[in-house]
Amino acid sequence: MYVAVKGGEQAIANAHRWLADRRRGDRDRPELEVAQVGDQLRLAVDRVMSEASLYDPELAALAFKQASGDLTEAVFLLRAYRTTLPRLAVSEPLETANMRIERRISATYKDIPGGQILGPTYDYTHRLLDFLQLAGAEVPAAEIREELTEAEACPQILELLNDEGLVEQEIDDGSEPADITRDPPDYPMDRAARLQMLARGDEGYLLALGYSTQRGYGRNHPFAGEIRLGQVEVEIHVDEWDETICVGEIALNECQMINQFGGSREAAPQFTRGYGLAFGHNERKTMAMALVDRALRAEELGEPIIGPAQQAEFVLAHADSVDASGFVSHLKLPHYVDFQSELDLLRRLRREHAARQAELADAHEAVKSPSEEN
Amino acid sequence: MNDTSRGARQRLLALSTRERIEACWTALDPVPAHRCLRGPETGMAMLKGRTGGTGNAFHLGEMTLTRASVALDDGTLGHGWVRGRDHRHAELIALADAVAQHAEWQQRLETHVLAPLAEELAERQRRDAATAAATRVDFFTLVRGE
Repeated sequence: MYVAVKGGEQAIANAHRWLADRRRGDRDRPELEVAQVGDQLRLAVDRVMSEASLYDPELAALAFKQASGDLTEAVFLLRAYRTTLPRLAVSEPLETANMRIERRISATYKDIPGGQILGPTYDYTHRLLDFLQLAGAEVPAAEIREELTEAEACPQILELLNDEGLVEQEIDDGSEPADITRDPPDYPMDRAARLQMLARGDEGYLLALGYSTQRGYGRNHPFAGEIRLGQVEVEIHVDEWDETICVGEIALNECQMINQFGGSREAAPQFTRGYGLAFGHNERKTMAMALVDRALRAEELGEPIIGPAQQAEFVLAHADSVDASGFVSHLKLPHYVDFQSELDLLRRLRREHAARQAELADAHEAVKSPSEEN
Repeated sequence: MNDTSRGARQRLLALSTRERIEACWTALDPVPAHRCLRGPETGMAMLKGRTGGTGNAFHLGEMTLTRASVALDDGTLGHGWVRGRDHRHAELIALADAVAQHAEWQQRLETHVLAPLAEELAERQRRDAATAAATRVDFFTLVRGE
């Protein structure tokens, strides 16, 4: 027998109303504006854009506010909105070499053309709570340094190593990359498709996997060759015009990891590479992504696959927080009938178990009783 | 603006804010009448990155993109595209594209809209670079021993 059950509309409506009330909070205080979120909580906004795989700071800020600061929920909201939009264009590959640099550091060379530029970083802060912020102290404007305005060009640092052939080169062979939003992922997956999946992957998950490679589960000894953050112009090709056109700028974070050697009988040993790229200011994410990208190249580079981070299907199939939270969250939905059938099964198993126990006890009794009779 | 090509104009207007374009636009008065042929409509552009910054392309993710096509009363067409969802911004870019095709408007557009916006863009980028430069590390070496 199957019985459909309806109900709960009023309870759901009131629950959502309570949620909205909680989100609004104390009415004696001004409501948080979406523009304030975009302005003052920008790292949260960047993370939402990156994992939702949609660059729109205002909508990411709205999603963050609407989700009361729940990043995974905000990612879900923005990803869902994405499905309502048509695709109008595909960009030319973004040229991170032409980035307007806000931050650019290398852990492999001290003196680099263009210099080490720290940018707006939490590095070197003492991780002490700043009680002045609790008191609402005024914040001075950023310092500027006029004499360096004709900024030295900041070439890609790994290109410096390329000159000596010490590091593997990344050259565009013109191949058209797979698009996992159009064609379902298929394993084994090429590097372009893997990078697309990693770029939208959950930061915490990628961080844990990247960390695991450092602790020995697929060790490949990385150096942060270069990390850069800044604005990159987006160019698209449009039918109306013959040339590609610039439609605006986006913030990007990029990480180039240099890892230990590959080589073969034919090829001399050289450094190998892992790559991370993400929307906005997302440095930890891009570093983790670069570690995992490199780990996933194990098979290509002939390394033994000994760690979880090297197993492409495991890593990639579980990286998306929308997929993951969806499947975990579905456990909250009513499973009354499923559970009833499991209950019935369990009761039957227990009845059978009890019957078998009783039979065993009887048999035991039968073995003992003859001696009693004698 | 030095480069007066169509692409350079589209780029400059896409990198300027809608509020600033609008403010400069009023100086063009009277603005030619136009109607929208397509849009303005918002969709997405899929963005490509390059493996390792220089290698094979891969799909990084999407961004919102708005486009508009307009026609002036005399039938001149103009097109505009801009990152984000601002319909008016795309429409103004398309309008500038149409207007720039008329010799009598071109100079006024250049003087009242493009030149000041180009100056503002250069100033903004110069200031960004100077802010980044203030965080550039000056290494110095301590001589030890002797």
